[in-house]
Amino acid sequence: MASILAIAEQRDGSLRSVSFEVVSAAKTLASVLGGDVQAALCGPPAIDAVAGELGRYGAERVHVAMHDAFAHYSPDGFAATIAAHIRSSDYFAVLFPASALGKDLAPRVAVRLDLPLASEATALDIENGELIVTRPMLAGRVFARVSLDAPTRLVSLRPNVFSANQQQAAGAVETLAVDGSPDAWRVVVTDVAAASAGRLDVAEAPIIVSGGRGMKGPENWHLLEALRDAIGADAALGASRAVVDSGWRPHAEQVGQTGKTVSPKLYFAVAISGAMQHLAGMRSSGVIVAINKDADAPIFKVADYGIVGDVGEVLPRLTEAIGRIRPT
Amino acid sequence: MAGAFHASMESYRAVKIVVCIKRVPDTESRIRLAADGTTIDRSGIKFVISPYDEYALELALRLRESSGGGEITVMTVGDASSAEQLRSALAMGADRAVRLDGEPGMDGLPTARALADAIRRIGPDLVLAGMKATDDDQQQVGPMIAGLLDIACISVVANFEVANGRVSAHREIEGGVEHVDAPLPALLTITKTEFEPRLPRLQAIMAAKKKPLEEQTANLQAARIRLHGLAYPPERPPGRIVGNGADAVPELVRLLREEAKVI
Repeated sequence: MASILAIAEQRDGSLRSVSFEVVSAAKTLASVLGGDVQAALCGPPAIDAVAGELGRYGAERVHVAMHDAFAHYSPDGFAATIAAHIRSSDYFAVLFPASALGKDLAPRVAVRLDLPLASEATALDIENGELIVTRPMLAGRVFARVSLDAPTRLVSLRPNVFSANQQQAAGAVETLAVDGSPDAWRVVVTDVAAASAGRLDVAEAPIIVSGGRGMKGPENWHLLEALRDAIGADAALGASRAVVDSGWRPHAEQVGQTGKTVSPKLYFAVAISGAMQHLAGMRSSGVIVAINKDADAPIFKVADYGIVGDVGEVLPRLTEAIGRIRPT
Repeated sequence: MAGAFHASMESYRAVKIVVCIKRVPDTESRIRLAADGTTIDRSGIKFVISPYDEYALELALRLRESSGGGEITVMTVGDASSAEQLRSALAMGADRAVRLDGEPGMDGLPTARALADAIRRIGPDLVLAGMKATDDDQQQVGPMIAGLLDIACISVVANFEVANGRVSAHREIEGGVEHVDAPLPALLTITKTEFEPRLPRLQAIMAAKKKPLEEQTANLQAARIRLHGLAYPPERPPGRIVGNGADAVPELVRLLREEAKVI
């Protein structure tokens, strides 16, 4: 029977939603293979109280490793603990979220176990009993289908792509022994500073309002912020490279090749021309809306809907219209 | 922390830094798949140093400048054509280059192993690499090198400080920044920073030709990721301009609501 392990993630005492996506993806695989799903979570003492929720998405057993030093991410402690658990088990595959934490953790686990790792999968399929991972390359200009020649296949999953499906009761929570102690853990997270308290990161937001150089200056960003606020808490701001390079917006908002690749259900490209490196970051959005003064801007070729016009006039009108239909 | 490096490396020995780089297609390159469907057509593609590796090299150069000296070795796993990128790095200011002859693949472990073996012989204080290569986007070789060398690793670093044998760094996470601390020797993977990579002057490009570029075999182990095929992303069906100016907004909102059903 094939066992799939899903790696979950918590922050400030709550499970991050990407954990549910990973468990659900594991459940889908397990259903095809005829197997079970287990989850593993590292966190501070008492995190086991919420860990059972992973069962609702398909995890039959949830292994929880708790330590005071696990209040923040502890790279060496998490990697040692998760690797020890995988080593002592027999998993067909281990799925990590390709979150900031997951993308740091997965290669550390891979090298400890001497196992290959396929990062940032956008699809998982079983063909002839083998796991086929679809993953982007060249900033999403090409997609590769790969398999891993190893008894346990390590894969990280891109956030916002796999759906989180609730199905059943809470899973059985078991304590997982922490491997090692803080003396052995070289890398210490001393502090976490939230950039904008309570706001979704652009890489995880279902709706993105993104601005480019055509906004003319950082002083005009209030137009985009107003639209984001009208949409609500599930919207985040994005930015083009030109705007970040000019210092108008922080790098954390950058969408495109040296920024983030995003898969929101709705992407507003406002005053963004649509350079190749930006398209690479947002072309897998569900619906793309372009607002631009220039009817010939390349962005209109990828947009589903477009308005040609002055953003100073269009945005306030759009903000008002959306404010009327979106519950606050 | 912005804008300055503080480096109190023990001054009896100059700081030793290794920067790992990779040759990749330029961002704006039009990517075409070869007829066999499992390789990229390389003709007409311009190759560059992977952008995040350039940010890493720039930080190494600044750290050396603020330390009052030090040696920077730039290293890559690549075929003979990657010597071009090593010369560019030497022109930016690296002191010596090492090319490990081999073809890096999607499986990061063989590449990491080859680099770790070569780095171990140098024994640097700091290893820097871009957070990911912009061709395969696997984002794994850096942490794997650190694991093989058994040294501390901090990934996706936007800025860092070295003092008293330790490195403290800012790492980008969702919705904020993690402040991270680790002892040297350490490996840092670098994301886009506020310091744009310098463009070498002609004089530096000429001088780079005389800097040492050593070639060794990479002795790559067999890759364990098998490529079944490459494909273009699915074509988006053509969209439409809804209208001009603010008057088009009501129709846009109606379409988003009733047709696309996204709001």
